Amino acid sequence: MRGVLFFFALLVAGHCQTLFIGDQVLRITVKSQEQLGLLQSLEEEQDLELDFWLHPVSSDLPVDIRVPFASLQTVKVFLESNDIPYSVMIKDVQEVLDKEQSDMEANTMRERSSKSFNFGAYHTLETIYNWMDTLVADHPSLVSKVNIGSSYENRPMYALKFSTGGDKRPAIWIDAGIHSREWVSQATAVWTANKIATDYGRDASLTSLLNNMDIYLMIVTNPDGYVFTHTGNRMWRKTRSRISGSSCRGVDPNRNWDAGFGGPGASRNPCSDSYHGPSAHSEVEVQNVVDLIKSHGNFKAFISIHAYSQLLMYPYGYSCNDVPDAPELDSVGRSAVKALGSLYGTRYQVGSICKIIYQASGGSIDWSYNNGIKYSFAFELRDTGRYGFLLPANQIIPTASETWLALKNIMEYVRDHPY
Amino acid sequence: MSWFVYATVTLLSLVQGNPTVKSSQQQAPPTAEQSVGYVQQQQSTLEYNNMEPKPALTPAEAMPVEELNPSHYPARRAAHVAQHYLNTQHGSPFKLLGVDRVVSATSEEIAGVGMKYVVVFALKEMITNEPMGQCSAEVLYPIGEEQAPPQVQCSCEGLLHIDTKAQEEALYQQLKASDSLVSGHNIPDSYGFIAPEMKPFWHLGGVASSFVMLKESNESTLYNMAQVVNVTQQESQNKELTFQYHVLLHEMVSQEIIHWKLLVAWCPAEGVRVLQTEWQPKCHHCVAPPSNTTLTLYSTS
Repeated sequence: MRGVLFFFALLVAGHCQTLFIGDQVLRITVKSQEQLGLLQSLEEEQDLELDFWLHPVSSDLPVDIRVPFASLQTVKVFLESNDIPYSVMIKDVQEVLDKEQSDMEANTMRERSSKSFNFGAYHTLETIYNWMDTLVADHPSLVSKVNIGSSYENRPMYALKFSTGGDKRPAIWIDAGIHSREWVSQATAVWTANKIATDYGRDASLTSLLNNMDIYLMIVTNPDGYVFTHTGNRMWRKTRSRISGSSCRGVDPNRNWDAGFGGPGASRNPCSDSYHGPSAHSEVEVQNVVDLIKSHGNFKAFISIHAYSQLLMYPYGYSCNDVPDAPELDSVGRSAVKALGSLYGTRYQVGSICKIIYQASGGSIDWSYNNGIKYSFAFELRDTGRYGFLLPANQIIPTASETWLALKNIMEYVRDHPY
Repeated sequence: MSWFVYATVTLLSLVQGNPTVKSSQQQAPPTAEQSVGYVQQQQSTLEYNNMEPKPALTPAEAMPVEELNPSHYPARRAAHVAQHYLNTQHGSPFKLLGVDRVVSATSEEIAGVGMKYVVVFALKEMITNEPMGQCSAEVLYPIGEEQAPPQVQCSCEGLLHIDTKAQEEALYQQLKASDSLVSGHNIPDSYGFIAPEMKPFWHLGGVASSFVMLKESNESTLYNMAQVVNVTQQESQNKELTFQYHVLLHEMVSQEIIHWKLLVAWCPAEGVRVLQTEWQPKCHHCVAPPSNTTLTLYSTS
């Protein structure tokens, strides 16, 4: 007998989730100070186990109470007999909780399939990395995941490789999220990866492109920074490396490239958001990309995606002198933003980094251009400052959709102008 | 609050234009190099003389007028300064002005005075997205090592066409009648979301920030308000409603996020006034609380 009782107690203890079956939430609007006083004394009644969501503080404000099922009768009689008006806000609290639980589970299940992933939302690094696996699983002959190395805090850095075969075909590099606070950049890259995977075989132009060239897409180029924007500081821009001799962390990864390194437009103050770092390629995140590009040796385009300002820029940033290919790059850029604007009328400016936005040394597309990758571009996506880095999630898909038109425009040009 | 004691007292009036700074202490903009030491520079008292006459321009001292590319940053920064100025003059919880695009611009060095930009731009009301015609602005960045606010003159053809009086009056009456004080934080939140009832306070924060952004602007800056960290309505002393703001400004050229605390007064009749401003030093180990995205009614264990 004792054994049975013990087992029963264990069973009950193991399921110690509180339930709220039949509990109701009442909203009470008192009509006088006197009624307010009555409610305040109701609050003192411990055995009713009333849970005040809005306490009785003023006769101007509503009073919300979650009333356990067992006390419902008593409370309602009390209110009615004192002529205190009330309404039932929630008829059954447990029902609402059950629905919320199943909604959350449905959401999680939805996100497990790459096809029903919510592209119109911002996601954590973990979610994005999991989704990348499902994309690869869904398109195994087109997409593969390339681990290009680890970040400072030892997170894997993954590029998605879109390839229909060959060996080191001419390739297009696209990176997003090198500055972690520019969330619409990573979000756009996720949508774009899905777009490339699903449009192959359906869109003639993209199909011909992928039959001849490879696309490498790095969705989160600064994973440590991205995690920190979720856990620490939403406005974090840099890497998370520790700098010797300083209590400040992080290097601006887009001032760390070996192109005019240490020149104007970058700071030597480790606490600065544009700190260039102790030396060129000191940041492992930058070095990993450099290594991949150099060892591959056949990249024909290098596109870096940032936010915000609505700009499409080409080199240089470290100097305001025109690069030899400026006229061609300018023309490609103009054609691309025209395509972009055709969707929603979004206006972009085109020009070299130095002239359009500011002189900035140590930038990635300056490095790629100086390393022979002629078609080097940097995007600054939406918006122009109203929301800035905090772009509402409902603008992710419109931003990604219009940007895709520009990307496609550039990639098609690259495909059609081999060098 | 102790910050009241230490804060710089700044009196800015909406009614008169062309505020100028009179300060004998260094007032460098918080650039990357100087942001660490900026706090010392804020101890001076700034006075804004609204009636200061504009500097006389001797034709002999004027240099050639240079035509600027409207896409390039010098013209865009000057237009942005005019935008800040317009918001200090006309902004409200229901009216926020923005540069839609730069049409044309020139610059001219005035020896001994500064750089004068004349910029024509298309204006937009940012809340309704309404185009508001063109503005022509003259932005004069004064010469000198210390930061001094640019002087702006601006005329716009379509400014009076948007009437927000009714909305402003309604909000004002609602707040005056309420027993509780409004407060909010992280506007927008990490995901860009703003609760509808907080939007007017977001706009008000933007207008108030414009006073600081105008004051801090020079040829090497481009300011936007990045976020309202928090806003707390204060007890009203008079007909104006007052709010304590903590805002984040994003300075594009240095890429810095700069914290400012502002004491803001508003009523429909007087417009927006910034009573006090205080620069906050950069917090290296700040941990911002993660934003709530899901609203749970109850937590089950």
